[in-house]
Amino acid sequence: MTTLAQPRQLLLDPRRRAAFGSLLLNEARLTWRRPVVLVTGLAIPVGLLILFGELPSFRQTPPGLGGLTLFDVYVPVLLVFGLAMLALLGLPMPLASYRELGVLRRLSTTPVPPSWLLAAEATVQMTAAVIEVAAIIIVSIVAFGAPAPKSTGGIVVASALAIAAMVPVGLLIAALASTANAASVIGRLAFFPLMFFAGLWLPRALMPHVLHDIANYTPLGAAAQAIQDSMLTGFPPVTPLLTLAAYAVVFAVVAARLFRWE
Amino acid sequence: MGVPGSEAAGRTRASLVQQGTRNGPAVSDRATEGLADGAAVEVSHLRKTYGSLVAVDDVSFSVAEGEIFGILGPNGAGKTTTVECAIGLRRPDAGAIRLLGLDPQAKPDEVHEVVGVQLQASALPPRLRVGEILDMYRSFYRHPADVSELMEGLGLTAKRRDYYRALSGGQRQRLSIALALVGQPKVAVLDEMTTGLDPRARRDTWDLIEGVRERGVTIVLVTHFMEEAERLCDRVALIDNGRVVAMDTPAGLADRARGGKTVRFLPSAPFDERLLTDLPEVTRVEREGQYVTVTGTGELANAVIISLHAAGIVARDLQLDSSNLEDAFVRLTGRPLDTERASGGSGTEGATS
Repeated sequence: MTTLAQPRQLLLDPRRRAAFGSLLLNEARLTWRRPVVLVTGLAIPVGLLILFGELPSFRQTPPGLGGLTLFDVYVPVLLVFGLAMLALLGLPMPLASYRELGVLRRLSTTPVPPSWLLAAEATVQMTAAVIEVAAIIIVSIVAFGAPAPKSTGGIVVASALAIAAMVPVGLLIAALASTANAASVIGRLAFFPLMFFAGLWLPRALMPHVLHDIANYTPLGAAAQAIQDSMLTGFPPVTPLLTLAAYAVVFAVVAARLFRWE
Repeated sequence: MGVPGSEAAGRTRASLVQQGTRNGPAVSDRATEGLADGAAVEVSHLRKTYGSLVAVDDVSFSVAEGEIFGILGPNGAGKTTTVECAIGLRRPDAGAIRLLGLDPQAKPDEVHEVVGVQLQASALPPRLRVGEILDMYRSFYRHPADVSELMEGLGLTAKRRDYYRALSGGQRQRLSIALALVGQPKVAVLDEMTTGLDPRARRDTWDLIEGVRERGVTIVLVTHFMEEAERLCDRVALIDNGRVVAMDTPAGLADRARGGKTVRFLPSAPFDERLLTDLPEVTRVEREGQYVTVTGTGELANAVIISLHAAGIVARDLQLDSSNLEDAFVRLTGRPLDTERASGGSGTEGATS
């Protein structure tokens, strides 16, 4: 795998900065014009948040949730939902299609290496992820009176680690999929089990003990736990953060080994 | 300029006749000497295999600055692999390559700055506009071309705001050529550049390529269109089974194909055959009823007519028949080049040829 060519050179040389800027601009345009990713990664989680906020049953505090409302429980889950969609669909779909179309091949005949396109795409998706995290938190506070997060730093660290763990999974999908459609199918298939452990269908607090313990050591389970802790109690404990960091390293190594440009 | 194979020399057939056969591929003298500087493109004993498949067996050629060099051959002959190695997209198993004196494997950044490439079967994101794509590729290069001028020259100005997916095959092809030229390259490598174009667009593209050459750009053209090679190329390498079968000017190859051209006519009066057999251009004179068929090389028809005219004889019902590259290919490889067109042409060759 070609490394993300010379970041220092990229930052210092104005011409190369301009080249990266124009890649970034066109990737942003494509993300906007091919809205499936923005819909699944941004509109659906925010829409679900609003829907849940309007449902009276989500205002109640069922037993087993430690006095939390269902809405409180679902805010971090939906936050993770968006991050997962952006990483599992938003990143691999365009990359697989660029390889399929020969965009990466054409790029490798220019002074700009294809790794820059990957970096531009990742930048766009991570920007969308930041917007999604902010939107979920702001909507939950402004529209539904949720308390402000106890630890903003915890949200930032937990979200960053969740993104760092999921982006290589997206690259791995892009490596395995030969077409954009295949990437979409694999991304969705990976989404369901990962999000199950984050508590999308059954709140983690209501899971049987064994399942709950397993969930805490899955990437999105750890992410949901760390973000929920940041919101409700304070800076998250070290275990979920280390879990996310470990996944980030392992997935990055695997993705770097398997990713192919052609 | 001034090196063997330069434009002037390239047009002089005699200086470049190569004795290429299947067993001993025609190799330019310069390439066999190893890599000399001065040439725009130097490929020396290139070899590339994919597993047990030998895509390129032993290919050598040298392209002078300002030359239009054609690479011709049937599907799977190794044309695309040869150019992909030449531009550094693939690492050769053996052999040496220099582009403007640079090794594309060692200095890819510098090579990509001065070499523009149009690959076959390489699309672009459907929802980007023509202008957005060109502006982006323009930003990649140190000394880019003027995008408006380039679009004008390729007939894309009206399409500036159109999405790539809305373009016709011909328009996509022209955009692809524009992207190869947007960096103002010193060498342009064009793989099947007019495949999918209608005849008019093809001729417009040829005009454009000639205009690009007039600015001193060296052009390597992979093609299977005979007419294209004959119109544009100073020299052509015929590639078959991963080897250079022959390398010469298009006219030179064609001449060799059938021992030259023929002129057939009905003489206005009987004449002594020695009148024609004495001419240096003439190799053979045959009679068939009233008709005379003269076989030869060079400016055969002119020589025959002038000589007959001097003897007061008019050549009536004159028919000229000159063999072309197509004939040359059949003669040199034993099969028609055109199979490629019949099997669907471009896009099928891809990574494996």
